[in-house]
Amino acid sequence: MFQRSFASSLVLALTLGSATLNAQAEGEQYFPLQSYRVGPYAAGGTGFFGGFIDYLKYVNAKGGVNGVKLTWSECETEYVVEKGVECYERLKGGLKGAPAAATNPLSVGIAYATLERSTADKLPLITINHGRTDSTDGSVFPYAFPLQLNPYSEVSAIINYIGQQAGGLSKLKGLNIVTLYHGSPYGKETNEVLKTLAAQYGFTLTLLEVPHPGNEQQSQWLNIRREKPDWVILRGWGVMNPVALKTAQKVGFPVNRIIGNIWSNSEEDAAPAGAAAKGFISITTHPSGTDFPVLQGIKKEVIDQGQGDLADPKRFGTVYYNLGVVNGILNVEAVRIAQEKFGQQPLTGEQVRWGFEHLKLDDVRLTALGAKGLVQPLQLSCADHEGGGAVRFQQWDGKQWNLISDWVQADRALLRPIIEASSHKYAQEKGITPRDCSKED
Amino acid sequence: MLYREAGQFSSHYAEDRRIFRLRQDRLGLVFLLVFAFILIPWLGNDYWFSAILIPFLVLSLAGLGLNLLTGYAGQLSLGSAAFMAVGAFATYNFELRLPGLPLLVSFVLGGLVAALVALVFGLPSLRIKGFYLIVSTLAAQFFVPWALTKFSWFSNDSASGVISAPKLEVLGISFDTPAGRYLLTLTVVVALFGLAHNLVRSELGRHWMAVRDMDTAAAVIGIPLFKTKLLAFAISGFFLGIAGALWAFTYLGTVEPQGFDLNRSFQILFIIIIGGLGSILGNFLGAAFMVLFPLLLSNLASLLPQGLIDAGQLEHLQKIIFGALIIIFLIKEPEGLARLWQRLRAQARIWPLRH
Repeated sequence: MFQRSFASSLVLALTLGSATLNAQAEGEQYFPLQSYRVGPYAAGGTGFFGGFIDYLKYVNAKGGVNGVKLTWSECETEYVVEKGVECYERLKGGLKGAPAAATNPLSVGIAYATLERSTADKLPLITINHGRTDSTDGSVFPYAFPLQLNPYSEVSAIINYIGQQAGGLSKLKGLNIVTLYHGSPYGKETNEVLKTLAAQYGFTLTLLEVPHPGNEQQSQWLNIRREKPDWVILRGWGVMNPVALKTAQKVGFPVNRIIGNIWSNSEEDAAPAGAAAKGFISITTHPSGTDFPVLQGIKKEVIDQGQGDLADPKRFGTVYYNLGVVNGILNVEAVRIAQEKFGQQPLTGEQVRWGFEHLKLDDVRLTALGAKGLVQPLQLSCADHEGGGAVRFQQWDGKQWNLISDWVQADRALLRPIIEASSHKYAQEKGITPRDCSKED
Repeated sequence: MLYREAGQFSSHYAEDRRIFRLRQDRLGLVFLLVFAFILIPWLGNDYWFSAILIPFLVLSLAGLGLNLLTGYAGQLSLGSAAFMAVGAFATYNFELRLPGLPLLVSFVLGGLVAALVALVFGLPSLRIKGFYLIVSTLAAQFFVPWALTKFSWFSNDSASGVISAPKLEVLGISFDTPAGRYLLTLTVVVALFGLAHNLVRSELGRHWMAVRDMDTAAAVIGIPLFKTKLLAFAISGFFLGIAGALWAFTYLGTVEPQGFDLNRSFQILFIIIIGGLGSILGNFLGAAFMVLFPLLLSNLASLLPQGLIDAGQLEHLQKIIFGALIIIFLIKEPEGLARLWQRLRAQARIWPLRH
């Protein structure tokens, strides 16, 4: 009896599914979404993909990209590498004739595992604000794009800010800085460059690891109390952040001397720590808030129509959500730019890659998009897959984030040789001949 | 009718002792191998190779490794993923530091290193049993990823601690395509399953089963407990180590220590519990269940019209259904899927009669 009813429900599900799928037409541009809505990092996943999907819906409501409608489907990764790989393989071929534009896994582990597959399948791999740093060198990594801010730029900007606060980079000498990092590829990515910067500027650096997922940090913070550092850089992710803030309060470390990095900067990181988070500083590539015209447009065209993706509408305009919108803008702009060259039709991943490499967002374009102040001016090229490299600093007042600095630029000229050394080592290991960027159109 | 044994007589002892005594079983195996080696590479696509078949094969092998230890020798362990990690990182380092070493040799050496580590963590089994032994193997599960993270030498000082697989070449033939990686995995897995199937019928295998059923009695009849238990740990570690190397090299192409966390150990334990303890076939059935069912559910869910159910809730629903399926299977057949197959086979042999 059980078997029969199970089988019939299977059949029902299949027929239901095929009926709706047939309704979708060709001639659309597809975005495969390796999203995560369950597991320890669900807060980040639901916010980011909520913003991304809402922006795609908004573009569709406005008539698509030059008439080409956008379509997407989701596959749950739970931030787990092998699930992300499975999703990548499942979705990479497009959806009902609509070709895939780019993948956005929002996970360093998954990005590492799909890096070579992306190159082989000619499908851009977008790692906004994170990813493998040396993939900034597009001559070796033609299909990987750590947009806006790669991990090295991130720490370089933080060190520059600390220098500003001390009254100049020369004053960094003798400072004591602790970096508390998440025990994952993402967390460890910047350790080497921090050591380089410490040697360059003469500050003392202590690196402390917090094992994944980071809900126990007593011993690390006791260490910090012994060290008495001038600043603590928090390279956290998910539950590690509020726990760090609470533990800091417990051991009596002042919270306004903690600087959260790009994944320790959301409302979901600060708010759960309650009063312990008041005064916490973090960096951001984009402010939270709902005043930007593009967000007002999304509200009007998508959310007020009952089409919003967020389960909790109060999260509209938060850091993760806005990052999803920023990511949507960058992806769609790349498609739009590629359409100028390849025609107003659904494009292959290879063509969209050209669009990413020629992505250029200046103030005029950003104003037209209604995203001035939300997205930083950005220009990519064959050699430079990052583009921006600037952050602003914000402080948590117990309820929301307030910006406390103007754009602080990373020292990208200093970082470039380190990045190139690493990418060339990779090219040598893998037997890749770097492209000659002067010959690319 | 299909399974009729009538007329199949053994006229030599060797025939009586062969692994598959029935002609139907032998033919079935040949068909299966032809299917797996020739038809699947011809019919399959990238998604099937890279996302379904390779993890299925590798997890079957990992299940086999644990099954030798737990199902045959009766020693409980929660350190399976740690031994897989040792195998993966050891193979990587052999490939890296001894250039020119053939890939398959690196796999074997990686397996041997994992066997050594498993041997060390198996030492407490001589004094403690059952659930207490789980705690000691749990120590391996926490120690190994910690050591691999702490000493960056293991990952060749890579900035993020992620290692990426070298080129897959055996005898100058490249196996870097999805179908190639599938074939390489399949070959290794089939060879090791053949080895294990013979092993459990050997003297050692029978010693293991005697120890499992009652180790005091086994000691009384003269079975050396020390050697038997430690060999179980070492051989199990060898199989798990090779599974780990395959996981890293032919499946993901990269690996980080966190990929081999406690959850993976639990997954392998569930594979053998659902597949059947003390069964070779059970590893395949259990791995198929653990790998294929969530994928099937997830693929079915993606066919549902968008917006019908909230995406987050849909994920939780799948987990609920999968959990319920596990419970139903275990209630229907507490001894695992392999037992289900045995019953089916026993019925087929006498069909259409009832007894």
